[in-house]
Formats: sequence, structure tokens, C-alpha cells
Amino acid sequence: MSASPDDITHHILSVLVENKAGVLARVSGLFARRGFNIISLAVAPTEDEHFSRITIAVDVASAPLDQVTEQLFKLISVVSITELDPRHAVERELLLVTVEAPPAVRPQILALVDEFVGRVLDEGEDRLTLSVEGHPDKLDGCAERLEPFGIVELQRTGRVALPKLDNVVDPRLHQV
Amino acid sequence: MQLSGSEALIKSLEMEGVDTIFGLPGGCILPAYDPLIDSAIRHILVRHEQGAGHMAEGYAHVTGRPGVAMVTSGPAATNIVTPLCDAFMDSIPLVVITGQVPVSAIGTDAFQECDTIGITRSVTKHNELITSAQDIPRAVREAFHIATTGRPGPVLLDIPKDIIDRRNPNSVMEWHWPDDADVLAGLPGYRPITRGDPRKIREAAEFILRAERPVIYAGGGILKARAAETLHELAELCGVHVVTTLMARGAFPDSHPLCLGMPGMHGNYTAVTAMQRSDLLVALGSRFDDRITGKVDSFAPDAKVIHVDIDPAEIGKVRRPDVPIVGDCRLVIEELVEVMKELLADGAAFPDRSGWQQTIAGWQETNPLAYVPAEPGDSLKPQFVLEQLRDNNPDDCIVVSGVGQHQMWASQYWHFERPYTWVNSGGLGTMGFAVPAAIGAKVGRPDSTVWAVDGDGCFQMTAQELVTAAAERIPVKIAILNNAYLGMVRQWQEMFYGERYSEVYLSPDLPDYKMWAEAMGCVGMRVDSPEEVAVAIQKANEINDRPVVIDFRTDAAEKVYPMVAPGNSNDDIITDPGLRRGIE
Repeated sequence: MSASPDDITHHILSVLVENKAGVLARVSGLFARRGFNIISLAVAPTEDEHFSRITIAVDVASAPLDQVTEQLFKLISVVSITELDPRHAVERELLLVTVEAPPAVRPQILALVDEFVGRVLDEGEDRLTLSVEGHPDKLDGCAERLEPFGIVELQRTGRVALPKLDNVVDPRLHQV
Repeated sequence: MQLSGSEALIKSLEMEGVDTIFGLPGGCILPAYDPLIDSAIRHILVRHEQGAGHMAEGYAHVTGRPGVAMVTSGPAATNIVTPLCDAFMDSIPLVVITGQVPVSAIGTDAFQECDTIGITRSVTKHNELITSAQDIPRAVREAFHIATTGRPGPVLLDIPKDIIDRRNPNSVMEWHWPDDADVLAGLPGYRPITRGDPRKIREAAEFILRAERPVIYAGGGILKARAAETLHELAELCGVHVVTTLMARGAFPDSHPLCLGMPGMHGNYTAVTAMQRSDLLVALGSRFDDRITGKVDSFAPDAKVIHVDIDPAEIGKVRRPDVPIVGDCRLVIEELVEVMKELLADGAAFPDRSGWQQTIAGWQETNPLAYVPAEPGDSLKPQFVLEQLRDNNPDDCIVVSGVGQHQMWASQYWHFERPYTWVNSGGLGTMGFAVPAAIGAKVGRPDSTVWAVDGDGCFQMTAQELVTAAAERIPVKIAILNNAYLGMVRQWQEMFYGERYSEVYLSPDLPDYKMWAEAMGCVGMRVDSPEEVAVAIQKANEINDRPVVIDFRTDAAEKVYPMVAPGNSNDDIITDPGLRRGIE
């Protein structure tokens, strides 16, 4: 029963699922049906082809975290759930953005790319496509700074997370 | 051994011990119906797929074995969604098989194609689209395992036509029946917890030892876990009163001195009030449903809570327990009884509860379940009909109800002495449940008398299944409490909408129930006066070669009491104002 202090608005669930058709629909359907809010969601295969990992950032204001994990764990295809308190986890996300970059402002944008340790992936006459990796908060800051130049298109992957190695509080593990 | 997918399907069902399938064939499921001819499994041909689902539920309710239904794709699959949802809400083990268009046609909007898996995902414990004939035995074994273990529930298998069609090369498979290890390996995410935490169980025993006003709040989980006997032992050992919820009627005998009967919105005064005033609720396989708690904030305000449930998600969903125990009710209660015996042997003792017992006895005396009897010449009182049905049938008679006023009266006025004698739609509240569920119950327990108590509104929703019952010689008995109204809706309009009756009148004579029953191959009777009631019931009980339908003409103005109005606290329970007038 992890009581979150007020400043924590989300928790991260790292959900190991069977790699079968329709599993993502089961998970997202459950969230919709029970009125749990998803902040972000990322799915990818794992080192074992039978399993995939879904990383979900859950809005803990919308429902008690216990209910979310217990309901999720009832899905037959869910194998284990690792619950990560953001204070004890490393979180990363990838942002791709195409931004207006005529020659006059291009140096400013490239300076921003350096500041956020990003990369230029593609160059057009008046536009640049950039990638930035980092904590979701950092990506928020980056997007904000690029905004005045004119964002043509922006995509984010949703966060993935792992527990911090010298964890003070162990993440709760539901293991089979 | 090489089999076709359809042969593998029927053989798998045989391997699971299935003796009855409720179903109706059609295009995509056709291939499965061919090997059925050569199988010992009894198939009951329903008239509507919803009927198949509810029959399977009735069968499962009374036998504890999973009910099996088989229907085709598209409209048949959508027709069985209601029973799936009903079974999901009431934790009834079902295995439902639906046909699907051939694998290559899936997603093309083919004839009678629908996204059965998508549609039923949120109303099943699990579902699976089988895409290879080779997977059929594994999928069937897993389906039965999932349906019957942990918190029971419905499982649906969607089977494309090509993989069961003998003429199609896709349907050829090498027979292999998976063993337990295969099932476990195939379901890495499914390990229900059945044994309760011993420390928590000891803590629960200590709570019970300290409690001065304890109440056992027994739910449907007691019946699912086959825990009625051990509940009996616990209640007697600890001298604790028991309320039995709508889903647990019969789990503890109504005649037992410790039994308080049904709590909730239409529960009796003592059951409701004892929970409100208790200092310890021992919730066993119950889920703090809104119909039990009334306004949650004011529910049993002084009570500590021990909550035992096999579903971890139920613990703390509505009310945070002081002692949470995840586990099978029977195993946990058995363990609890052992611990309690040890503690008592070591000199522990219960506090003096004589005051509490007297308080309860006082409530029972001043607020018994009662109604105002009919004046001569008036319509029948529905409660009177129930009393007559009860008194003219043995304890092992199975009572099945639909949903509404008649359901509440049946639950209130029947004396349930044995488990598995009460079948109803509790969670979903599915009107039309009674007739098909009664048929399924009679198939499951052919030696018991099965009476459906139904409303006229409910009866009209699924009555066509009496054709099935007549054709299959399933002699169920149906008592229609015909008040010519959607009675519960009428009651709410009278009480909460200023007597503005909107779309609730049905007519007592349209349809003519006696003629309708006879047209369906049943014996039909109509009863208007009190002295005919017992006679008609006895006559019905003598008929065992066909179904019987009795149209009891009941008082439309009669309301279900006691009542806790929706959104109100259980402290504000209303008893029958007519009775209060009588007392004054």
C-alpha cells in the first residue's frame, strides 16, 4: 500500500506480458473500462521472444495504484508487474521534431541541439529534423524552447524506465 | 492420431467431462456439429443464443461444473454477450465456443463476421481466437482451467471455420491432450492464490476473539469455494451471526438461529442494521457491492473489516480492510477454524455478547419480514404466492428468478436451507434470466424440482426457451407473478418520481400467458384467488413430462420492503408504511 506524497502525480508500471495477439488491447481496454488514466505507454519486445514489456505511466490521481495493478494483474496475459516510484527510477524518452530552421535562425537552433545533447537527423532547406533523448521533463523543456521557431511536427515515444540501482525503497514486485 | 479440428474440439470437450452443450448451429460453427452426432455429449437446441448462455449459467450454478454453450459467429456471438457479462459479474464458470469466419477472411467484413474477441474482451475472464487446429486441445484445456480456478468466470473460444472443417487441409491436426504441466507452462501469468497468509489468518482469529458485535458477511464466494459446511463450523464455533447476500442465499441455512438472512437495499431490517451496528465485519467471498453498502461513507461506520477473497482486486476496492486475506474461502475458513480452536484451547475466550444477541433478537421481533395481507376479492399478494410455493415444496427445491420485485420477494420469502438451491442474476441484473437458467438448472440436477419465479416483464424476454424445454422434455415449472407492470421500475416511479408512471404498464392479458404456455407445449394455468394458489402448485408438482407455467395475478401496487433508497445510508431503511399503519 504505497501512499504517494502529493507531489507525485504518476507512477510507472513496467508490465511483462505474453507476446500474443491482442494483449495491448486488453491492457488499454482495462484502463479505459475502469477509468484509469494513462499518461504515456510504450511497448517493445524483450530479450525473450515470448514476452513483451509495456511501460505505462499511470495518473495516480485518477485511481489508487493498488487497484490499477491488481486489476491489471488479473489479465491472464500479464505475467508480472514491476511498480516504479519515479523518485527511485531512471526514466527516458525519445523526442523527434521537425522545426522551421531558415538560415537566419539555424545557428540558434543548433546551439539548442548542443545544449540538449540532441542530434540533427535530417536537413532541409528551411527545416531541420532533430532527435533528443532524455528524461520526459527535459524533453518538455526542449520542446518549449523550440516552439518559438515553429514546430512542424513532433513525436515522442512515451517513457521507458528501470529501477535505480542503489534503490532506497525496493520497487514492489509481483513475480510469479 | 490425426483428427480434424472439429473432431479435436468435440474430443477435447469430452476429455473435460462435458456432458451437456447448450447451443444453436449456424454457418461458421457447422463443422463442429457433425462429430457431435457421434458423441455422447447431450446437445440442447435452444431457440435463441442468449438462452444457451443463461442455460449454461443455470447448469453451472447448481452443479459447480462449468456450463458449456456453442453458437455460431456474428449475430449468434453478439446474442451471447449478455450471458457472458452476467456470468462475469456473478463469477459463474462458463466455456463458450463461437464460430468465426475462416482465418483468411478475418478482417474483410465477411458474412456473419464480427470482432467477437474485441466485443467480449471486457465481459470474459479470458478469450482466445484459435488460429490453428493444432492449438484446439490446448486452448480448450486452458479455457476450462481458467473458467474454474481462482475467481471463476466465463471464457470464450473463437474458432474460425477453416480450422475445424474436415474438408479443409487447415483442419488436419495431430491429437495431443496437454497435461497439467503443459497448462501451467502455457499460462505463465496465471497463478491464483488459494492459501491465505497464516499470519493474517491468526490476526483475523484474534479480531474475532475481541469483537463484541461481530457479523459474518457471507457472499457468493462461499458457494463458489464449496465452503458452506466450513462456514457453518466457523459461525457455530465463534457464535457469530451470519448475513447471506443475494448471491449467497442458501450458503447458511435460514432456519439456523445465527442466520440473519439477506442484507442490502431490500434486505431485512435485522440483517441491514446488525451490519450497521457491528464492530467487526467478517467479509467472506463478498465484494461490498453498492446494493449492500448503501452510501459507502456511512456503511458500518464502527466496524473493523476482515476481508477474505480469492480476487486480490476486490480487497480494498470499496472498503479498506483491517485484515486483508487473499485466498480460497474454504481453505482460509478451514485454517481460521483450526487457529480459533487452538486459541480457545489455550484459554482464549469470547467477550460477553449477550447484550448484542438480545439487541438482535429485539430487532427480529419488532421488525420481522411482513406484508399487509390481501382483502377478500383483491388481487393476490406476491409474497403470499411465494409463501405458498415455499410451503408446498421440499428443501432441495431449486428456485430460479429473473430480476426485479419478484426476485427480491423470492429471496426474502423463501427459506433457503441448502446451498445451490437459489439461482439468480445478481450483479448484472439480467431480466429474462429465469426461464433459460431454470432449464439449465433442471438439466444439471434432473432429480430436483426446479421452480422459476418470474415477473411478467422478464418472462416475455426469453419465454421462447420453453419450446426448448418442452421439446427436450425438461419439466421446469414457472410461476409468473403477473402484476401487469415492470414492477420495480413502477415502484421507483411511485416512490422517487412523484407517481408519474412512464412506460411501465404491460397489461395482464396481453399476451394470454396460459395460451402462450400451451402453444409452447407446456401446461398453462391461471390463478386469481388465494384458495387456488396451493392447489395449482400441487398440480404443477405432479406434472413431470412437460413444463408448467402458472400465471398468478398479483397486486400491481405492492412494493418491495424494507428498502434503502438509492444513495441513502443503510441507517435510513424504510419499512412498509402499510404495516406501520396497521400497528397504529
